[in-house]
Amino acid sequence: MDIRTTGGPPSAEEIAAVDGFLGAPESLWEGGARVEADDHLAYGGLATRSRRHLLLPVLHAVQDRAGWVSRGALEYACRRLSIPPADAYGVASFYARFALDERPPLAVHVCDDIACKCAGADALCDALEKGFGPAGVPGASGSAAWYRSPCLGLCDRAPAALIERAGKHHAEARVAPAGYMSLSAILGGRWPDSETSMHAQPRKESRLLRRVGVVDPTSIDSYVQAGGYAALRRALELGPDGVIREVTDAKLLGRGGAAFPTGRKWDAVAKAPARPHFMVCNADESEPGTFKDRVLMEGDPFGIVEGMTIAALATGCEQGYLYVRGEYPQARGRIENAIAQARAHGFLGADVAGSGLSFDIEVRRGAGAYICGEETALFNSIEGKRGEPRNKPPFPVAVGLFGKPTLVNNVETLVNVLEILNHGSAEYAKTGTAESAGTRLFCLSGHVRAPGIYEVPMGTTLRALIEMAGGLREGRSLRAVLLGGAAGSFVTESQLDVPLTFEGTRAIGATLGSGAVIVFDDTADLEQVLLRIARFFRDESCGQCVPCRVGTVRQEEALKRILSERNQSLRETDIALLSDIARAMRDASICGLGQTAASAIGSALIQLKIAGVN
Amino acid sequence: MASGVFVGLPRRMVTVTIDGVDVQATEGTTILEACRGLSIDTPTLCQLENLTPVNVCRACVVEVEGSRVLVPACSRKVEAGMKVLTDSERVRHSRRMVLEMLASSVDMSLCGPQVRGWMTQYGAQPQRFGPGAATVAQPVKIDNDLYVRDYSRCILCYKCVEACGVDAQNTFAIGVAGRGFDAHIATEFTVALPESACVYCGNCIGVCPTGALMFKSEYDMRQAGTWDESQQTVTETVCPYCGVGCMLELHVQDNSIVKVTSPLDHSVTAGHLCVKGRFGFEFVQSRKRSE
Ligand SMILES: Cc1cc2nc3c(=O)[nH]c(=O)nc-3n(C[C@H](O)[C@H](O)[C@H](O)COP(=O)(O)O)c2cc1C
Ligand code: SF4
Ligand code: SF4
Ligand code: SF4
Ligand code: FES
Ligand code: FES
Repeated sequence: MDIRTTGGPPSAEEIAAVDGFLGAPESLWEGGARVEADDHLAYGGLATRSRRHLLLPVLHAVQDRAGWVSRGALEYACRRLSIPPADAYGVASFYARFALDERPPLAVHVCDDIACKCAGADALCDALEKGFGPAGVPGASGSAAWYRSPCLGLCDRAPAALIERAGKHHAEARVAPAGYMSLSAILGGRWPDSETSMHAQPRKESRLLRRVGVVDPTSIDSYVQAGGYAALRRALELGPDGVIREVTDAKLLGRGGAAFPTGRKWDAVAKAPARPHFMVCNADESEPGTFKDRVLMEGDPFGIVEGMTIAALATGCEQGYLYVRGEYPQARGRIENAIAQARAHGFLGADVAGSGLSFDIEVRRGAGAYICGEETALFNSIEGKRGEPRNKPPFPVAVGLFGKPTLVNNVETLVNVLEILNHGSAEYAKTGTAESAGTRLFCLSGHVRAPGIYEVPMGTTLRALIEMAGGLREGRSLRAVLLGGAAGSFVTESQLDVPLTFEGTRAIGATLGSGAVIVFDDTADLEQVLLRIARFFRDESCGQCVPCRVGTVRQEEALKRILSERNQSLRETDIALLSDIARAMRDASICGLGQTAASAIGSALIQLKIAGVN
Repeated sequence: MASGVFVGLPRRMVTVTIDGVDVQATEGTTILEACRGLSIDTPTLCQLENLTPVNVCRACVVEVEGSRVLVPACSRKVEAGMKVLTDSERVRHSRRMVLEMLASSVDMSLCGPQVRGWMTQYGAQPQRFGPGAATVAQPVKIDNDLYVRDYSRCILCYKCVEACGVDAQNTFAIGVAGRGFDAHIATEFTVALPESACVYCGNCIGVCPTGALMFKSEYDMRQAGTWDESQQTVTETVCPYCGVGCMLELHVQDNSIVKVTSPLDHSVTAGHLCVKGRFGFEFVQSRKRSE
């Protein structure tokens, strides 16, 4: 392919960043300097183009080094990977965390999403605006800027911020809870000394969380001493069919949101005739109010690696990917360390635990796109493309990553697999209800006294769960609970006795979704929350299909009018319009984002009688 | 060493029920093709015979029994026993909303009569989103002598990107950039076309359904108020430049060629040309020879 680049040359720093990741180019054909052989010999071609999937890692390398991706840098990456610049620009501009205009090296991303709003994020942003100018505009010093961000997965320590410093020694850190004092010091150039560790408090009956906060997450020896890799040994004894039978008998349902039977999925991948098969762990966790996968990755990274290994060996995969959202630096570091140690100890690689089977894992880092949690968008992202979901069918089990049969599982799903193999499917299925087996991690945030991760048997009531999190503050009453995050729905006081199971929530028209439980007391400004949800979907729509691309904008416009309109009849017209939009988004959108983008807002208007809706 | 070539299994016929009527369709064809076989008119905005289906506009959605959501007729393949509804209230609602959403955000005034027909048929009222509804309105891009790009008219059907890419031209001068409502067709860093990889084959113009991409000659005449399709003739000929044999349709007004197209169903071009056939017509009307 003839790559035409007309921009200026990349800077030495940008070249160093790209070459630091890809290695130095060998010839003119790979974007290097002309060597004599180049005049006689052309190479690269398919071999170079097949490295296209490295585009996102390369863009990350540039952004980490320079703070933004210039035209020269993008075009250099294009020549190195043989990607047309217009195509690569389309990819880079898709992801919120890649900056395509020059910006200062120091960036402070302040969460103004739902849980942080409950903890004063709006006042914090107002203060930052007064002190440092509007979001996205470099301050007076020119060396730093602050940005508004969707949920950072730190809702238990709201309000949260993620800070990042580009350069040779790129650094990221989280500040949570964040205050004006701490952020203004950082914007003034003072990097914080240390990041507070943010572990879940393990409870006695914990299963999925049994190692979190107990076993050293950085040491494979501690993991093995605590019983780690016993499940893999059991899996190797059982063989692929036996493992799939156990997972099926345990009635495990996926924890990523869609609640698909895990055993059935594994069986389909195992039987898929095309080769190779791929295994993907979905750690993109970007649903507002959700942070359970982060806690697992930070606190039990070896467990996830072991779970992926078992899943891969049962379904015939030799290559795995773990796609972790860009905003989780510590989780990423822990997982990368766990993979390296597992490899060094023979638990990954050409001969996994002496089985003669081969499996290895590569970590991929998201770049600020909620939609990349959707499994087919995630494949496109790993392949170095825009994170646009694919139409289904075909389903991933037949045509997935790189067009091959692919097993995708959520982080929490994989940790459940360890429990099933360590204790047997019969024992596992004893917990929970007939249709929803096992325990479930819930992410409590908002107006509860002790926000955090709570593991409870399926079937526990929402009321009991909120009690476990310390209930409401003194003297406050409950206004609503948002179950399942922005893609979920609101429930009220009268529904608190709903058993938290897939079937129980379905019966009241709600969903467990990602396990997010955001609690609002009578001080909450729910109108602001609804507007934030509308903005979230507008910002995060991939833009591919009309019902969602335009529908999320029309929804936000109609909601703004409804909340400000005093004339009842005009308001009713807009409410009818909103429901027309909602129906088309639900029915005609390509993927789950568009299909659920109206659910929380619709449920709020009806359940909470906002704007006089009955 | 001789070896057989596997050409695939013979295609089976399957029976599907569309609006209560049983029809035979070849396995591997789409619901849209089956509908067309029954002369059921289906609105389509992002589908074209010579391009890979992208199923993004969602104007063609139908109800399929057993499916939680509506499915795009243009890309979903028929399956034995499939039961399809093409005119249920649910289908009509989504089609109407898609047309309303597009027409409320994009200038669709140059779309063909077919699109206007669908607007009427489905009762689309784009005004009901109110005067403050966000649009993609923006200045026209005129950065070369051959064609203009007016993205105020762009419905983001992806057709131009496909035509510029693997479906025809393999030049990849344009792509979809940004996301959500800000998604748009662009060159890298939105540089002007002469700076981009564009080779002016005009295949993107050939597939654009909205007039967002337009011959400069047509654009200038429209601006001057002299564009008049009723005064135009179409002359079919074969491109004189090389030996491939591409069929050209010369659109002529007042004895001048005003634009060049090629039929989508032509066996040589499938509607696509190169810069010479598309834009190399100046010599035909050059008066210099006779002077
Ligand atoms: C918009 C959207 C975002 C999603 N985000 C995630 C996510 O962050 N993590 C996840 O595991 N699944 C997510 N999913 C669900 C995945 O598509 C997929 O169903 C899941 O990863 C399968 O794993 P499981 O079977 O183990 O649940 C998302 C789905 C949609 C539609
Ligand atoms: S529903 Fe939204 S996010 Fe999903 S494909 Fe369509 S535009 Fe993209
Ligand atoms: S004229 Fe041809 S090369 Fe240029 S953008 Fe259109 S399709 Fe691509
Ligand atoms: S410019 Fe035309 S062909 Fe391209 S996406 Fe827009 S409407 Fe479709
Ligand atoms: S971290 Fe702010 S809402 Fe989740
Ligand atoms: S024609 Fe089917 S989705 Fe556009």
